[in-house]
Amino acid sequence: MSATFTKSMARNVFYGGGVFFFLLFLALAFDTMKVLPTRDNSQNITPAVAHGKKIWETNNCIGCHTLLGEGAYFAPELGNVYKRRGPDFIKAWIKGQPTGVPGRRQMPQFNLTDQELDDLVEFLKYSSEINTNNWPPNIEG
Amino acid sequence: MKYTSQAVAKPYFIAAIALFLGQILFGLIMGLQYVVGDFLFPAIPFNVARMVHTNLLIVWLLFGFMGASYYLIPEESETELFSPKLAILTFWIFLVAGAATILGYLLVPYAALAKMTGNDLLNTMGREFLEQPLPTKVGIVLVALSWLFNIVMTVLKGRKTTISLVLSLGMLGLAAFFLFSFYNPVNLVKDKFYWWWVVHLWVEGVWELILGALLAFVLIKVTGVDREVIEKWLYVIITMTLVTGIIGTGHHYYWIGTPAYWQWWGSIFSALEPIPFFMMTVFAFNMVNKRRREHPNKAAVLWALGTSVMAFLGAGLWGFLHTLAPVNYYAHGTQLTAAHGHLAFYGAYALVVLTIISYAMPILRGRAANPERAQIMEMWSFWLMTISMFFIALFLTGAGIVQIWLQRISAAPLSFMAVQDQISIFYWAREGAGLVFLIGLVLYICSFFVKGQSHAFE
Repeated sequence: MSATFTKSMARNVFYGGGVFFFLLFLALAFDTMKVLPTRDNSQNITPAVAHGKKIWETNNCIGCHTLLGEGAYFAPELGNVYKRRGPDFIKAWIKGQPTGVPGRRQMPQFNLTDQELDDLVEFLKYSSEINTNNWPPNIEG
Repeated sequence: MKYTSQAVAKPYFIAAIALFLGQILFGLIMGLQYVVGDFLFPAIPFNVARMVHTNLLIVWLLFGFMGASYYLIPEESETELFSPKLAILTFWIFLVAGAATILGYLLVPYAALAKMTGNDLLNTMGREFLEQPLPTKVGIVLVALSWLFNIVMTVLKGRKTTISLVLSLGMLGLAAFFLFSFYNPVNLVKDKFYWWWVVHLWVEGVWELILGALLAFVLIKVTGVDREVIEKWLYVIITMTLVTGIIGTGHHYYWIGTPAYWQWWGSIFSALEPIPFFMMTVFAFNMVNKRRREHPNKAAVLWALGTSVMAFLGAGLWGFLHTLAPVNYYAHGTQLTAAHGHLAFYGAYALVVLTIISYAMPILRGRAANPERAQIMEMWSFWLMTISMFFIALFLTGAGIVQIWLQRISAAPLSFMAVQDQISIFYWAREGAGLVFLIGLVLYICSFFVKGQSHAFE
């Protein structure tokens, strides 16, 4: 690198650039938070949804599944599972695990109560109604 | 070893390697579960194996970063570490907390673990990579603060170099952004939005400062190139890291409920994220070409060059592959992401930790470099691990492309599980490459025990 570009100049560019782009990021984040209520379906967050999210988390569903494309890639996308399968199928499916089919991927039995199953489904319904810019490309997730 | 307190790095490095081995074993279990779905079920369900795999990765890299800083900061600062006792105490706390957490994952159902560890007080568990129980998360904060305190106090009482400064900034960022792991709103979009402030701003932000500082330190030592030159490069590289990487966070905000303008911000800035990695490659090769000395530790030079190349491939190229919004629309959440994740973490972070261990460990054991035979074995392990990881990424890329086609593009899309059956050949190949990786790692560990005439200090 050229000798006219000194280390202290490089340092100043680093601090200047780092601070500038971090502030820009904060500004975008601030705007995002302002716009979010029109997109994030938060008006439909009920106590059941909140409880459902907790069930989702405390059973580590994300350890196999994706939710809005994030998570593990071992089992199907669940952000749109409510639309793909409907509430009854989801509950019956969870209750029926594991399938025990030899050689197939197995989902554990989480022993959820009917109330917990309902709340989990409420959470998945709420998730499926978030405005995701039309992702996933089709119903298969 | 110039300062006796540098010796505290040794247990950190040993723990890092041991946990690395654990990570790989669980990776192989998961790889097999991809094709033999009921393998080890219900003893170790996939989600448990995955938590262990990813959490061990994070913990061993953190052990590596900590060991590296305890090693290099006294030398950079030209003074003894502020408190070696605190560093050792921190080591044991981190090791015990880490082991207890992993055992908790393996022995207790996750929901029960959440109950036992006070998740009801503050709901933070069950999010990818942040699965740790609350006490562990608090422990990570305390360990990070103790580390930061020890390092900053050492820097303050001694010589202040660019490397120390950049490393400290990276650590400060690491500790600061981890605090977002305690924020878990019910609103899923906000949850995901700030989750990335830990995950992305770590690995595509502040961790890169740590990476740059470690690499610069080793390059100064093994090439003898003037510090001014190397430190100028370091500043330029990390400038590009922050300029591209911070707004580059936007490439995670395309499809999670955040505004569509992120598709522009994210695509443009993250498309530039390979630049700092490319500069790092140019930098490393340039410095080695301009070397003013022949360091007897050839293996360390290989690891350093390997880091720069593989970080560019994994983080830079494979990241770019699916970062543009129109591509990511199809690629998001497929095996392509997994391909990138594996090669990037290996290339950038696993390799830089192995680089500093390769350089520092012989010195910590009282010699400038390991015996020739040990180095040859170590270099074999480099090639075995690096090539097999490259193949893992290639196979997962193949799996991802076919998956995208069958599930998302074809006129008659197949269901997720039907597609998984179709691409099982890629998973078998990946598992094979994984076994070669394990052989490489075992060879790496063996290289520490090879006897022979070591290189004495000049």
